[in-house]
Amino acid sequence: MKVELRDIHKHYGAVRANDGVSLTLAPGTIHGILGENGAGKSTLMKVLAGYTARTRGEILADGRTVDCGTPRDAARLGIAMLYQEPMDYPQFSVIENFMTGLSRGLSRRETFFRQQLDSLSRRFRFSLDPDRPARDLTPGERQQLELLRLIARGIEVLILDEPTTGISGEQQEALFGALRALAAEGKTVVLVSHKLRDAEALCDRVTVLRNGRVTGTVEKPFSQDRILELMFGALPEPAPRRDVSPGEEVLSVEGLWGTGGRAGLEPVSLRFRRRETVALAGLEGSGQELFLRMAGGLVRPGGGVIRLFGREARGGDTRLFRKNGVTFLPASRLEEGLVPGLTIWEHFALLEDRGGFFVHRRESLRRSRERIRRFRILGSPETTVENLSGGNQQRLLLSFLSKRSKILLLEHPTRGLDVDSARWTWRRLEDARHEGATILFISSDMDEILSAAGRVLVFFNGRVVLDKRRDETDGAEIGEAMVGKAGASAAGGGNGGAAG
Amino acid sequence: MRSAARLATDFAVTVVGAFGLATAALLFAGAEPLSAFSALFRGSLGSLLRLGYVVNAWIPLTLCACGLIFTFRIGLWNIGVEGQVMMGAVWATWALRCYGEGGSPVLTVAAAFAAGMAGGALWALLAGYLKTKGGVHEIFTGLGLNFVAQAVILWLIFGPWKRAGVASMSGTETFSRDLWLPAVTAMRLSPAGLVLVIAALVLTAVLIRYSRMALRLKALGNNERAAPMFGLRPQAYMLLAMAVGGGFAGLAGTIQAAGVYHRLIPAISSNYGYLALLVVMLANYRVAAVPFVAFFFACLNVGSIQLPMVLEIDSSLSGVIQGALVLSALAVHGWRSGVTKQGRAP
Repeated sequence: MKVELRDIHKHYGAVRANDGVSLTLAPGTIHGILGENGAGKSTLMKVLAGYTARTRGEILADGRTVDCGTPRDAARLGIAMLYQEPMDYPQFSVIENFMTGLSRGLSRRETFFRQQLDSLSRRFRFSLDPDRPARDLTPGERQQLELLRLIARGIEVLILDEPTTGISGEQQEALFGALRALAAEGKTVVLVSHKLRDAEALCDRVTVLRNGRVTGTVEKPFSQDRILELMFGALPEPAPRRDVSPGEEVLSVEGLWGTGGRAGLEPVSLRFRRRETVALAGLEGSGQELFLRMAGGLVRPGGGVIRLFGREARGGDTRLFRKNGVTFLPASRLEEGLVPGLTIWEHFALLEDRGGFFVHRRESLRRSRERIRRFRILGSPETTVENLSGGNQQRLLLSFLSKRSKILLLEHPTRGLDVDSARWTWRRLEDARHEGATILFISSDMDEILSAAGRVLVFFNGRVVLDKRRDETDGAEIGEAMVGKAGASAAGGGNGGAAG
Repeated sequence: MRSAARLATDFAVTVVGAFGLATAALLFAGAEPLSAFSALFRGSLGSLLRLGYVVNAWIPLTLCACGLIFTFRIGLWNIGVEGQVMMGAVWATWALRCYGEGGSPVLTVAAAFAAGMAGGALWALLAGYLKTKGGVHEIFTGLGLNFVAQAVILWLIFGPWKRAGVASMSGTETFSRDLWLPAVTAMRLSPAGLVLVIAALVLTAVLIRYSRMALRLKALGNNERAAPMFGLRPQAYMLLAMAVGGGFAGLAGTIQAAGVYHRLIPAISSNYGYLALLVVMLANYRVAAVPFVAFFFACLNVGSIQLPMVLEIDSSLSGVIQGALVLSALAVHGWRSGVTKQGRAP
């Protein structure tokens, strides 16, 4: 089935996740959708699968306009999506999961479905024990189960969202084999990924999204540089060597590891010094988020040592880290940084730690007025924070920084901000650095990484694969490291010596 | 910004909705709605004595509601408030039973109040501790502990504290006359309870408006995930809120035992705890509205006692009206926020 997406828009409030995407998916091909996180790939696929209602735009199947507004509509057209998280019932057995949604009427017809499962498994060379509960399967086996279930349901278009995450190499081979077989039968396969390797190995054609728009479609054979450029934009020239005068070591970790997120974090040892600005680059879930949260005392590490100003700090003891001048500013401002329902001045009253039984109302009002002026926040002390725009919420968060903030840990400090607010944010952070603060920030914006950082760490699959001074690397190298193409020489460069 | 006109509309819709539902229930039961409502009115505000009964119900209801303001603030459903009232009454009774020859009545009563508040607070902390350390939702622990508290009371009445020779549902031995709180005989009302409840209301209002604790409770209730940002320990504040809430409930239980019944009876809490949950919800979690809503609920409760005699309908009509009121209020509230949400969407 040929599927055409025409001018698809999906807006969440002011955020345009898809901003006029047009795309044609041809039958019998494997079509890759690449892009950074937040580029709009998953949104687009959810729109196609009827999982998310589009704001506007048209979907055509074999030239006919179709509605495709609900998963049921999409299923009727034969459009199915293999989600990143397994969509099965863990306590059901493989065969029960397989039958769910297939078996109709009063009779289970289990024998029939057992035969079907068996023949499908054999055809795609999957080995699934029909009587094992799904919770005992590996992620790869659960994915195989889900895939067979979708195929048994009858599909024309199969969408896979990051299918190679968390599965073994062997399973990946089996999966790719199955996908090639499906394409050979004339089905349309859509692979959503941010891994270049997957796309190169499997796809006939790749469309790259960036900021909710299509930046280009390329055919096999692929030019890696071209795809990187489409993903991250024209890579700017390296900035001139920055004036770096790093001071003594303020934060160090040794053998720090943890689980959680997509990849967890493999044991890592790193050192950070005063007045360093370090970018933690990597595709989402590569371990950088976990690292930053452990460094901020928000997440208890699986093991390893964290030292603040030379003294060992108990991991996960948020208040201790905070007392030592560690400030963590989360990416989800309204979820983790601010308290909806409270006004600006009440936030300053919460931050006030002079003690006492009563709220220091006058003092907090005074402080909030001063910060509103200094940080150019559009609001009054009585404005509740959910009524501030994203940019103003970020300004408010930054205004919480005090002289005692010695180590600033920031997640996507300028995500969702307009250019002006973003520049302003970095000017403030530079000020803080000149006053002696150390800044570690996560970003998926290559421009930001290249322009703001003095040192770049790249995380891939839970490991630090690149640790270099900004002036010793460039966008191409960072981009390659982010998608797992780092040269062996880049890794293990050195623990903090880099910035000296 | 919510305008006064909008609040008035909401209120009108709520009341009309509730009485509409109650009227439907009455018609269904084959009773005359108007005479039922007038019986409710006469039964609650018809005489000074009846007004006294209403105030006697209003006192524990308001005290429990004051405590619940704190637990709701941090987002806890302290449904265990009922059991906290009971344990307050049990501990107060225990203190009062310690009074003997040559003891000081004033000191004993003071000790009873302290013990009652401590009993309620500890019972609440038990639920809070199971929540913070055990990860059990406070609704389940609260409800479970309510049954345990009831069982404890029955065991005490029929066991260790039974009256000499008899053990009956009518409760323990009446306390010595010296220990009764002074009362206005014409209204069977103890002024001490009235003073305490007004003090509790003022204290709650002041704490909620001016204390750092209340601000922190609200911050954690609105967004617990932001706690690290402000260096707050959510669990500590949950326990604190539970202790405060339980303390108020325990005070209510103490007044029930020491001031109203002068003994421990099985129904010492009279469901005032559960009812207070409805009061606070209907008051939209605001202290200023609590005394009025509580008074209205107390009127309904007292007024409905006569219904079976006068109209041969069950006294549970008050429950129907109270429930309908809260449901209408929640519906109006949900409808309002749903409308604004849609209105805000681009």
